[in-house]
Amino acid sequence: MVTNMATIETGAGIGAIGDTGGNAGGSDLRLERVTKRFGAFTAVDDISLTIPQGSFFALLGASGCGKTTTLRMVSGLEDPTHGRIFLGQREVTDLKPYKRPVNTVFQNYALFPHLDIFENVAFGLRRRGIKDVKAQVEQMLDLVELGHLAKRKPAQLSGGQQQRVAVARALINQPQVLLLDEPLGALDLKLRRQMQIELKRIQTEVGLTFVHVTHDQEEAMTMADTIAVMNSGRIEQLGSPADLYENPASTFVANFLGQSNLIIGEVTAKDGDTISVDAQGQRLTLPAARSRVDTGRIIAGVRPEKVSLATDAARIPSGHNVLTGGVVSDTSFIGVSTQYLVKMPWGPQVGCEEMSVFEQNTGREIHRPGEPVLLHWDPAQTFGLDGAQDLDAGSDLDDEAAA
Amino acid sequence: MSALTTSTAAANRSTAATVSGKAPAARATRRRSPLEWVRAHVLATTSVLIFVFLLAPNVVMLVMSFNSPIGKYNYIWHQFSTDAWRHPCAVGDICQHMGLSLEIGVVAMIGSTVLGTMAAFAMSRHRFRARPAVNVLLFLPMAAPEIIMGATLLTLFFSTIGSGSMGFWTIVIGHIMFCLSYVVVTVKSRLAGMDPTLEKAAQDLYATPRQTFMKVTLPLVAPGILAAALLSFALSVDDYIVTKYTAGDQITFPLYVYGAVQRSVPTQIDVIGSMMMLVTMTGIAGMLVVGRLRARRR
Amino acid sequence: MSAQTVNVGVPPAPQPIGEPEPAPRRKRNRLPYLLLAPTVLWLVIFFVVPIFTSVSASVQEGSLDQGYTLTWHWANFSDGWSQYNGQFGRSLLFAFLCTVFCLLMGYPLAYFIAFKGGKWKTLLMALVIVPSFTSFLIRTIAWKTILSDNGVVVHILNDLHILNFTSAIGFTVGNHVLASPAAVVCGMVYNFLPFTVLPLYTSLEKIDPRLHEAGADLYCSSLTTWRRVTLPLSMPGVVGGTLLTFIPAVGDYVNAQLLGNPNTLVIGQSIEHEFLQDSTGYPVASALSVILMAATLAIVLVYVKRAGTEDLL
Repeated sequence: MVTNMATIETGAGIGAIGDTGGNAGGSDLRLERVTKRFGAFTAVDDISLTIPQGSFFALLGASGCGKTTTLRMVSGLEDPTHGRIFLGQREVTDLKPYKRPVNTVFQNYALFPHLDIFENVAFGLRRRGIKDVKAQVEQMLDLVELGHLAKRKPAQLSGGQQQRVAVARALINQPQVLLLDEPLGALDLKLRRQMQIELKRIQTEVGLTFVHVTHDQEEAMTMADTIAVMNSGRIEQLGSPADLYENPASTFVANFLGQSNLIIGEVTAKDGDTISVDAQGQRLTLPAARSRVDTGRIIAGVRPEKVSLATDAARIPSGHNVLTGGVVSDTSFIGVSTQYLVKMPWGPQVGCEEMSVFEQNTGREIHRPGEPVLLHWDPAQTFGLDGAQDLDAGSDLDDEAAA
Repeated sequence: MSALTTSTAAANRSTAATVSGKAPAARATRRRSPLEWVRAHVLATTSVLIFVFLLAPNVVMLVMSFNSPIGKYNYIWHQFSTDAWRHPCAVGDICQHMGLSLEIGVVAMIGSTVLGTMAAFAMSRHRFRARPAVNVLLFLPMAAPEIIMGATLLTLFFSTIGSGSMGFWTIVIGHIMFCLSYVVVTVKSRLAGMDPTLEKAAQDLYATPRQTFMKVTLPLVAPGILAAALLSFALSVDDYIVTKYTAGDQITFPLYVYGAVQRSVPTQIDVIGSMMMLVTMTGIAGMLVVGRLRARRR
Repeated sequence: MSAQTVNVGVPPAPQPIGEPEPAPRRKRNRLPYLLLAPTVLWLVIFFVVPIFTSVSASVQEGSLDQGYTLTWHWANFSDGWSQYNGQFGRSLLFAFLCTVFCLLMGYPLAYFIAFKGGKWKTLLMALVIVPSFTSFLIRTIAWKTILSDNGVVVHILNDLHILNFTSAIGFTVGNHVLASPAAVVCGMVYNFLPFTVLPLYTSLEKIDPRLHEAGADLYCSSLTTWRRVTLPLSMPGVVGGTLLTFIPAVGDYVNAQLLGNPNTLVIGQSIEHEFLQDSTGYPVASALSVILMAATLAIVLVYVKRAGTEDLL
């Protein structure tokens, strides 16, 4: 699928919809204080965000966090209770879905069962009054490598093929924003990975704005330029995948995206760009730039892959943060790495009872359950969060996130 | 490493044991007596018997249509004859009555299908406060005894337009009335089976509500509407009780048969019944065949 | 085209949560009412209103020549009841027997099709329903041939001396099956069986067959699995099928007319008699209808209360 999509004729198609603002920045998608309530339940709570034109944006969160509702409001299938939505300079809040230059790839594909593939893909073009659709449709079908199936009905295609038809059907209309509602959920792992790469490549080639809704954090991190992590209708944090991963803003993001080891402590000192923390009697330091607070209660966190185990304190490089009192409770050999659970001497109210440590299998010593060990890591890899948060936020949703 | 080799050796030894050992004795298959076979298949046998019960009269009707009876009642087999088939309209005004039934059937079919489909859309797509009450109202005609519907309609017509004016249209009114519920149920269930995202997808792809309805909703619901139409046609053509009370002096086919039974049962009755059956069966078989062909052509 | 400005009137000011909202964006939807109106009107005028005219007619008296006047002639009810209570009772009895037999026969059939039908399911169900598309009168008349004295059925029953037994308790008459209560019930069962099978099938078909496997895994025999798992889950179908069979059966009289005798009169025949034979009988016939209506309405209301209205359709 290397064809250059830009060669597809745009014709008068988009003009029929209205102002498209093809100039850079002219088609930024902007949500302004958007809220959606269903009776007493608030699904989307006062969200404002700007998605630059041409970016690949992901809305990430667990089921029920409001991400799909937000998407539907952008597409027009749901009306916001409050707030406004803009495409470039043009307010689209009250526009019907069939008047917006926005298309959706639905979670269950929603291919029209009574039409064949050709007609499915041509549907949007026909509704906009374009008479001669043959060339465009054939080109699009070739792009997704389904040209030979044009006369089949959706029921006769495999899941992966149906998914590609759904994408083709949306893309052919050259929308200003393409919305994807967990489109890869029904595919098996290998196919999913393949489609992730394809979608990313299409997006880069074509330069359309993609907004992708998913609960799979790996998927979001692989494909998106910017991710918004949503929780209970609000955006917890917005940023690039690396940003979110290395500098989470809250325990929710820290636990939801990957895994984190968290401990509650008190800031003892701040000199220059280093913060010292007393965590359950153990002394830790972290860069001030990576901490959200610099006084009072703090939650210090470190990702499992940054931590190493040692049995002999003398072998630990100087300057490392060290946690003592740990006993290995579980060892899992994953192949690439060995994942340890280390039981710490404190209770769950003040930190992770069992800390996770991922060590790459580069010939290191394997520690067995029952061994007392020391945990150590480079202090620069520590991040600090506001101490007044729930330590477990976002962590029990991990089952879904890891899907 | 030594642990690995010992375990492999053990595995080899165990497979060797089974391979070299005697082949397991062939599983003895007990011969089952017919009674045991029936016990195991009691459900299937019962069902077959019940099917026989359900279909016997149709078969009998078909067979008797080839009968040449002694006397006026075609109840007992006498001798084979195709007379009645060659002269199906020879008795009384039987074909006129059938024609009237068919006419009424078409009108009632159209009326109830149009009204009922609109109602089905309203009931399944929208939530509104009167829904439970309307549900009950739509359900009652299906559950009510026909004699009540007929008798009460008679009192209505009698006290409003007088008994002299009852005829074709009063029959049609009654038929549409009891067909409505069946149409609503049939179309509703078809609508319920339709993926609701499809209409959203159409809107997403620039179809106005009208276009969405014409291009997506209607084609997908059409089979249900067709089924509902055929059902109301069948119910109307075959109705006796309600028709009896609303017919005035008109005579439909069922009214004719019921009245005639007192005096005689000519073979033509079986012939026309068989024709109805054959038409229905051919129609359904035809639809199935067309469906299979269409699926196979891919 | 120049970019449009955003400011169209004053947008709703962003409200802090907790304050009353401005008018919601919901449009008043009149469409369902419009779509529904013709049907509802039709049913109200031709189903509901006639009930009232019937009630009114039931307390009138008069004749075709003199006209009918509303005199609150309650004697219509008492006369009707004293004359025809036997027929009422017989109607209920026949309907009851018919429903029981329909259940006994319909349940196994529906079960068989739903669980053992496999890819033939639709075909088998069609086989159940399609015969009903031929004139039911003619098919019922066909029973006269099947149950005739010269027929195989009667011969077998006579040889097995079953008829002696059933005649003794009044189900059949002498050596015949026709013109007896048994024939009437047989005809009714035949006519109403599809009405029982269809709701049963719909309900059974929804049951996940793996529940049977779970039952077997948890030490249930086939019978116990049916009793503890399938039957409770199919109850909506049982109740629905029973209702759709019993109520219409109470009012049925075609079977009694074609397959019965003067001793098996049911209320439908009496109502017809009063209506159409004798013009003074019009109020009495209406009174009889009202009594019948009240009885069936009571049963339907009890059912609706227990099952809720959404399950009806």
